[in-house]
Amino acid sequence: MIAPLGKLGYFGDETSLVIALVIGIGFGFFLERAGFGSAKKLVAQFYLRDLAVFKVMFSAIVTAMLGVTYLAWAGILDLSLVYLVPTYWIPQLFGGLILGVGFVVGGYCPGTSIASAATGRIDGIVYVLGFAAGTLGFAVMSPVFDGLLQAGDLGPTTLPQALGVGHGLVVFAVVAVAIAGFAGASWIERTMAARDAVAPK
Amino acid sequence: MDLLVPHKRSPPQPYTNPYLAGIGIGVALLAAFVLVGRGLGASGAFNSGIAWLVSGVAPDYARANRFLAGYLSEDSHPLKAWLVFEVAGVFAGALISGLLAHRVAASVERGPRISIAGRLALAFVGGVLMAFGAAFARGCTSGQALTGGSLLNLGSWIFMLSIFAGGYAVAWIVRREWR
Repeated sequence: MIAPLGKLGYFGDETSLVIALVIGIGFGFFLERAGFGSAKKLVAQFYLRDLAVFKVMFSAIVTAMLGVTYLAWAGILDLSLVYLVPTYWIPQLFGGLILGVGFVVGGYCPGTSIASAATGRIDGIVYVLGFAAGTLGFAVMSPVFDGLLQAGDLGPTTLPQALGVGHGLVVFAVVAVAIAGFAGASWIERTMAARDAVAPK
Repeated sequence: MDLLVPHKRSPPQPYTNPYLAGIGIGVALLAAFVLVGRGLGASGAFNSGIAWLVSGVAPDYARANRFLAGYLSEDSHPLKAWLVFEVAGVFAGALISGLLAHRVAASVERGPRISIAGRLALAFVGGVLMAFGAAFARGCTSGQALTGGSLLNLGSWIFMLSIFAGGYAVAWIVRREWR
């Protein structure tokens, strides 16, 4: 095992901050390349006109998932040292619903709002201010939410553990679902484009 | 700075193929796993920023608040955090990509049936909602859906499915904002 390099003492915290900046540049670059600095492009996912959100998200997930899986199998990456956010299924289900509503209303998610603000979108800058205000509001109200935040605590849990099947099988299933989803997404885009051509909406 | 002068600007280039852009993001995410043993994120940087601001104004309150205290440490500056540097990189990377593709311009993204003021008000409201959602879920689309999704994290997949459910549930109601 030689990775994760930072956790095995190959470099210190200062270096990891430089790496953070460089990786962030890569992330931001490809977010903007995908068109995710544009709220109209992002929310088109929810009106079924342009499913780039799904396509980009799942090709990123499949790429990183296959990467960590192969590196772990090859004995290069110790997956147990990669941080896994603990599962609290109740606040995560509830938080996801609020986030989905906020995505369509606000037009961005936190990461894409940074890309939109960087490329001059005024609405992106206002979204960033709203997110900052909301974070402050949540912090002030957080004692009230303590019970909900701790509900459904399952600890760090993976899908293979929860389903009681092998890691490889779930990886295979995700790849299969993604490929079928890509084909389905393109079919939906074509169908909606044909419908719009007849009765523009 | 010719790129920022409208009459000298070339027309914006088309966006990159979504699968290629997705692979690019996936490689950045994989690099984070391999190099530092953690994934990407965005909302965590906002948490650090707010913790820093509050600790400057009301240090005792910030230390007593469990949510904020998680982003404060005695021997290190709150902004000296991995996600703060990563998000600074996201801003720079998006700006570089936008300039290269002639896509940097002051604008407001909105549908034809909503005023600029209306759209900006909804952008703010959406940001506030998302801050609550991300705080409940312990992460946002980057830190939970993308990062946890590729690690096959159970909570991340629950979260991801509910994002799409919430978005599709409300899309028809707010259609005047976009279409």
